[in-house]
Amino acid sequence: MDSGAPARRVVVLGVGNLIMGDEGVGVRCVQRLEAEGALPPDTVILDGGTSTHELLGDLEDLDLLVIVDAVATGGAPGSLVRLEGDAIPSILSNTLSPHQHGIHDLLGTLQLLGRAPKRVVLVGVTPLRMTLSLELSPEVAAALPELAARVCAEVKRPEMTLGGV
Amino acid sequence: MAKRIVIDPITRIEGHLRIDCEVDGGKVTEAWASGTMFRGVEQILLGRDPRDAWAITQRFCGVCTTVHAIASVRAVENALQLGVPKNAQYIRNLMIAAHAIHDEIVHFYQLSALDWVDITSALNADPKATAALAQSLSDWPLNGAMVHAATKERLAAFVQNGQLGIFANGYWGHPAMKLPPEVNLLAVTHYLQALDVQRKANKIVSILGSKTPHIQNVAVGGVSNAIALESQSVLSLERLLAVKEAIDELKQFVMQVYTVDVAAVAAFYPEWTTIGKGVTNYLAAPDFPLDERGTKFMTNGGYIADGNLEGMKPISTFGDPYLRENVAESVKHAWYQGGKGPLHPYKGETVAEYTDFQENGKYSFVKSPTFEGKPAQVGPLARVLVAVATKDDAIVSHLTRVIGMVESIAKIKVPLTALHSTLGRHAARAVMCARNVEILDAQWKLLMDNIAAGDVSTFEKPVFPPGEVSGYGFHEAPRGLLSHWIVIENGIIKNYQAVVPTTWNAAPRNEANQPGPYEASLVGTPLADPERPLEVLRTIHSFDPCLACAVHLVDPSRRDIVSVRAL
Repeated sequence: MDSGAPARRVVVLGVGNLIMGDEGVGVRCVQRLEAEGALPPDTVILDGGTSTHELLGDLEDLDLLVIVDAVATGGAPGSLVRLEGDAIPSILSNTLSPHQHGIHDLLGTLQLLGRAPKRVVLVGVTPLRMTLSLELSPEVAAALPELAARVCAEVKRPEMTLGGV
Repeated sequence: MAKRIVIDPITRIEGHLRIDCEVDGGKVTEAWASGTMFRGVEQILLGRDPRDAWAITQRFCGVCTTVHAIASVRAVENALQLGVPKNAQYIRNLMIAAHAIHDEIVHFYQLSALDWVDITSALNADPKATAALAQSLSDWPLNGAMVHAATKERLAAFVQNGQLGIFANGYWGHPAMKLPPEVNLLAVTHYLQALDVQRKANKIVSILGSKTPHIQNVAVGGVSNAIALESQSVLSLERLLAVKEAIDELKQFVMQVYTVDVAAVAAFYPEWTTIGKGVTNYLAAPDFPLDERGTKFMTNGGYIADGNLEGMKPISTFGDPYLRENVAESVKHAWYQGGKGPLHPYKGETVAEYTDFQENGKYSFVKSPTFEGKPAQVGPLARVLVAVATKDDAIVSHLTRVIGMVESIAKIKVPLTALHSTLGRHAARAVMCARNVEILDAQWKLLMDNIAAGDVSTFEKPVFPPGEVSGYGFHEAPRGLLSHWIVIENGIIKNYQAVVPTTWNAAPRNEANQPGPYEASLVGTPLADPERPLEVLRTIHSFDPCLACAVHLVDPSRRDIVSVRAL
C-alpha cells in the first residue's frame, strides 16, 4: 500500500568544529535537537563536523536541507540569521562561513549530479570566538535555544509538513 | 629574470597552505611551503582523561577523522602496554581500510584529476570514440558510448548555465594540459562514477563505526560495540553481509577504473615520472595488526634513506623503539617559541611566536619533523617502496600491473626509479588502494572466522597506573605516517603531540636548513606560464595535502579561490 511511497526527505545538518569554540555551534545545535527529540521522526539529523564528501550520500535528492552553522554576519555575537535558496551559495562563496569550501563544493557537486536538494535553508548564528576551546561563548550559548527553535520551525513549516514543495 | 610566485591557498577543498616559488628560466629554483594557521590543537587535551582523547582528536580535521581516533587509542594502549582483542583489531582494520579507500578515490578523482584533465576539452570528445578507447583499456561495464554521451550532455548543461561551480577554478586550456578530448571525457565520466563509488566505502565506515564522519565504535582497549550475530542493534550478520557487498563493488571499481585511469594519465604525461622527486628518505609504519599487541601486520614498515631500498631498516611492532627514538621536530623555521633545538614529541612544545613571513627565518605554522635528523617523505609511495624492499608480493603485483599498463599504453619502458616523482605518488596511491581492497576482504574473513570460532570479545578494560607513563601510536593514514604521542600522569594527560602526515611532507626547512618534501619536490619543476602555475599544483596535490590538522583551523579572512600573485 504505502510501502513504496517515498517519505519526504529532510536533513538537518550541523557543521562546525567542536574544538574551536563558537565554530562548533552548528554541531552543538544538532546534538541538542537530537537529545530533545524535538524534530519530527522522519528528519535525519547529521553532525557534519567539517567533512565534505562523506556527507554526499546523505544529502542527495532531499526535499529540504537545513544547514546550521556559525556565520559571520557582522551583527552582534549570538544574533541569528536565516538564508534561503540562491542566497546561500553566494554567502558560502564569500567568507562568511568558515565551512564555505566544504559545503559550497558539496552543493556544487549535488548540482552537477542533478541531485541537489529542492530547498536549502541556512540558519546561522554570529560567533564571538573561534579559538581553541570545547566551550561556546556565553553569548552564543545563550542563543542556542532560539537557534534550535528556529531550526525546528524550518522543518515544521506548513509547506513542508504537507508533503513537500 | 627571476620571478616570485605565491599560491595561496593551494588545496581545492582543504585550505591553509601557501607555496612560494622562485622561478628562473621557466623553472622553479627554490620553494617554501607555509602552513598559514596556528597549530596547537593538542593543548585542548591537557589535563583530560586519556580515554576521551580519541573523540576529541577526531575533530582535529574534517577529512581525516577516523585516523586520529585510531592513532589516539593506539597511543594510550601503547602507554598502558594494553593488548586489544583480535575482533577489535579486525573491526578497526576494516574501518581504516575503508576510510583509506574512500580517501584515495576522492583524492584522485575529485581533488587532483582536474590538474591533468581539461573539463572544457571533454566537450569536444566523441562519445563513441571515448567508449572504444575505454573498452580497449578495461572491462568496466559502465564505459559504453551512451554513458559518455550522458556525461557530455550533463557537463555541457552545467557549463552552459554559466555556473562552473566546482569546476570554476580549473586551469582550462592551459598549455600543460595534454590529454586528447576522448581521454578527458572518459575521466569526467569516471569522476561522476567515483562520486557514487566513494559512498560504498563510506557505508562500510558508517556500518562498522556506528556513525560517520565521526566514528563512535572505538575505545581505548578495543571497540565499544558488542558483536551479536542475531541482534539488530549491534554488529549483526546482516550488517556484516552489507559490508561484504560493498567490498566487492569497491574492488571492481578500483581494479577496472581507478588503477587503469592512473596508468592512462601517466602514459599521456610520461615527463611527470621524472618531475617532482624531492626528498627520497621515506618513512612508513606497518599497519593492519593481526594480533592483540601489534607484532604481526598486513603491510610493512621501515625507513629508506636516500632511496636506497637495499638499506631499508624495518619498523615492525607497535611501540617500535627505532621509530620512537628517531623522531624530532624543529621550530627553527616555524612560528613557535624555540631555541631548544629539535624536540622529541614527548617533550614537544607548541607556543606560537608569529613573525610574518621570513624566507630565511620563520615562515610556517607547520613544524619540521625529522627522522634520524633528516626530512622524510611519508605517504603511499613510502609504503609501496617499503613493500618493494621487503618483497611484499601482494603490493608488488599491483605495482607491476600499473607499471605494465603505463608501458603498454605509452609504449615506453618505465623503471622503478620513475616512482620518485609526481606521478609516482599517484601510482603508489592507486596501488595501495588496490591492496587496501584486498585487505578489507581479508580482514572481513578473519573477523567472520573468529566470530564463528566462538570469540566475540571486543574490549579489554584499560587500567591506569599511578605515576607517569608514556606511549605512542602510529597509523598509516591515507596521507602517510600519523603518530600520536602521549604522556599520562596519574591517569590524566600531561602532554600530547600529533605528528601528522602533512607535517612531514609540508615541513618547512629544518634545524639544518634542509627543505621539506614539498619544497624539495618543486625544485626544477617547469612552468609553461608562471601566471598560471598548474605544474606546481600538480606536484603539491600529488602528496594529497591536508593542512586542516597539520595547522590550526579557521581563518575567516582567507580567500576563496586559488590565487596567484606575481611579486
